[in-house]
Amino acid sequence: MSSGTMNAEMLTVAPTVAPTVASTGAPAAILAMSHVDMDFTLGSGFLNRMTLRAVSDVSLSLHAGQALALVGESGSGKSTIARILARLYRQTSGTITRAGADVASFTAKDLATYRRDVQMIFQDPFASLNPTHTVGYHLERAIRLHRPNLSRPEVRDHIDALLTQVGLLPARSFAERRPHEISGGQRQRVSIARALSVEPSVILADEPTSMLDVSVRLGVLNLLADLKEHRKLAALYITHDIATARYFAEQTAVLFAGNLVEQGPSTVITETPQHPYTRLLIESVPNPANRITGTAPRRSQDIALRAPTSRGCPFVSRCPRATSICQTEMPVQTWLGDGHFVRCHNL
Amino acid sequence: MSSDLIAPMPLLQVRNLTVDYIGENAIARAVNGIDFDIAEGEAFGLAGESGCGKSTVAFALARLTRLPGLVSGGSIRFRGEEVLDFGPERLRKYRWNEVSFVFQSAMNALNPVMRVSEQIMDTVRAHQPKATGDEVRARALEMFDLVGIPSRRLDDYPHQFSGGMRQRIGIAIAMCLNPRLVIMDEPTTALDVVVQRDIIEQICDLKNNLGFSVLFITHDLGLMIEFCDRIGVMYAGELVETAAADQILTAPRHPYTRALGQSFPPLTGPRRRLEGIAGSPPPLSALPQGCRFSPRCTSAVALCGIEVPTLQTDPQTKGQVACHLAQ
Repeated sequence: MSSGTMNAEMLTVAPTVAPTVASTGAPAAILAMSHVDMDFTLGSGFLNRMTLRAVSDVSLSLHAGQALALVGESGSGKSTIARILARLYRQTSGTITRAGADVASFTAKDLATYRRDVQMIFQDPFASLNPTHTVGYHLERAIRLHRPNLSRPEVRDHIDALLTQVGLLPARSFAERRPHEISGGQRQRVSIARALSVEPSVILADEPTSMLDVSVRLGVLNLLADLKEHRKLAALYITHDIATARYFAEQTAVLFAGNLVEQGPSTVITETPQHPYTRLLIESVPNPANRITGTAPRRSQDIALRAPTSRGCPFVSRCPRATSICQTEMPVQTWLGDGHFVRCHNL
Repeated sequence: MSSDLIAPMPLLQVRNLTVDYIGENAIARAVNGIDFDIAEGEAFGLAGESGCGKSTVAFALARLTRLPGLVSGGSIRFRGEEVLDFGPERLRKYRWNEVSFVFQSAMNALNPVMRVSEQIMDTVRAHQPKATGDEVRARALEMFDLVGIPSRRLDDYPHQFSGGMRQRIGIAIAMCLNPRLVIMDEPTTALDVVVQRDIIEQICDLKNNLGFSVLFITHDLGLMIEFCDRIGVMYAGELVETAAADQILTAPRHPYTRALGQSFPPLTGPRRRLEGIAGSPPPLSALPQGCRFSPRCTSAVALCGIEVPTLQTDPQTKGQVACHLAQ
């Protein structure tokens, strides 16, 4: 279905306060961010300083047993969003809610629980494990920090169970190895085991497979998918690869220059993308059915940095549909049904 | 399609190429006697998992292998001349004038404290010592123009460019002496898909205009199939299949090629589970008996664990495969 076949009745323009998924009747989110902005100050001194708006008015929610993929190019703010959710950054404005409760009102004890509950898996399995310690030590440390009452044999059993769960067998042998003795895919499995060791309910996976070989990539994604399903984990899956986003996540959100420009069921986003940026992304994915001719027009451009005062749609300079309103006003969400929204003036 | 057009003498002819890495107590054979040709103007791809020897082959072709690596056997013929016999003078001419390299992280291949103009001009000067200063600078400008970067940026430093532009500069440096073969080792891996698409289109455009051949190395099979004419699939240091690019996904003959092709989630159709390839490639220090892929192969028979299959050419398609089950 192309945008041309859609008529005005099908479009319901969102009110000034965009509905969150929770208010449309879906089950309550485990973790949600609402109207979050994140500014960074660049440069130093009085004259050189400028404010960069890395994330602009982003609302999203994570549900038990479901994955949301966050797709976009480098610098679009994907990792910043994960870091805000992990409480590694404090958002400039907007709220984070954990099972409906505003995180800003949390006591120190609540926050400790939150940190245990929301675990991150990082991109680089070569940098995220300490080369001088064994695999077992990495897991033991997390277990002891969060569950100080376990006895030594209990910790050991727990480590073995975790390694078994992530498919590192025989578990005892893997527990005794150091990071240089195992492959990249196995290291990423250790990172996953470490995240699981504290029994979280939310996993924030920041490009967990982009450093892995294609043949092991699927194994790691399948492991995450099984864990998500069996442990009812909510997952945020950050990637620049829209094909693995579709493979792993039920929902896909497309981020451009800190703004969510389109979100919906992954199959809908990849098969009938409505936003011109989503279309560009999908057209750019290598497709074995095509043949490169060397004649296609150049489509990429550096993104202009966004300031809190920036107006208009961030995609305007690259957009084939841009009109004058795009220069001055950020489009609101247009809901197309099935939880699919797009932010574009010229659908 | 291009098989009828292949000239009698290929641009590059690799026979029984063997590269070892010498350890303190053991020798690891990273490339085990591989054969392939690259025709004039052809884009040949080498696919395979990390550690299968793709980059080792690329380095050996440019005579860049350094200890502990050692080219221990075989032959590399460039327009009929034996590259492995080149002396220092001939090698200097061979490198960059005839064969150049685009590395994976061109972003890190550029010197951060030198203006990019200097880095391009250095390359030209090193290989064409007789050129005058003006000629060299004119060449640098021409290269910038070729890869679509505004000439006013010629005297900027690498950090002033984005990743995609730095990769373009890497390509410009590789093209500046008009080589006949450009080895591209994961030229777009560190880039976003939209930028990747632009760069690969640009490489293709340059190739159409300048007529060089390409050895293209990437783990992204989809991209390789789009760009290359022919593809060789490597596994654990051996070539297991070569075929026309459009045959790799549609008519794979080696089980490894088939499994590799099924490791990419599709963008259309129902969301369903894919299994990828179970296990991991064998360490070079402990290779299995018989076919090296047999322990991971879902269709292996008893023979596969005993006898090493050799690369057999199909007389019709000219494709080659090393598998007991395909013969």
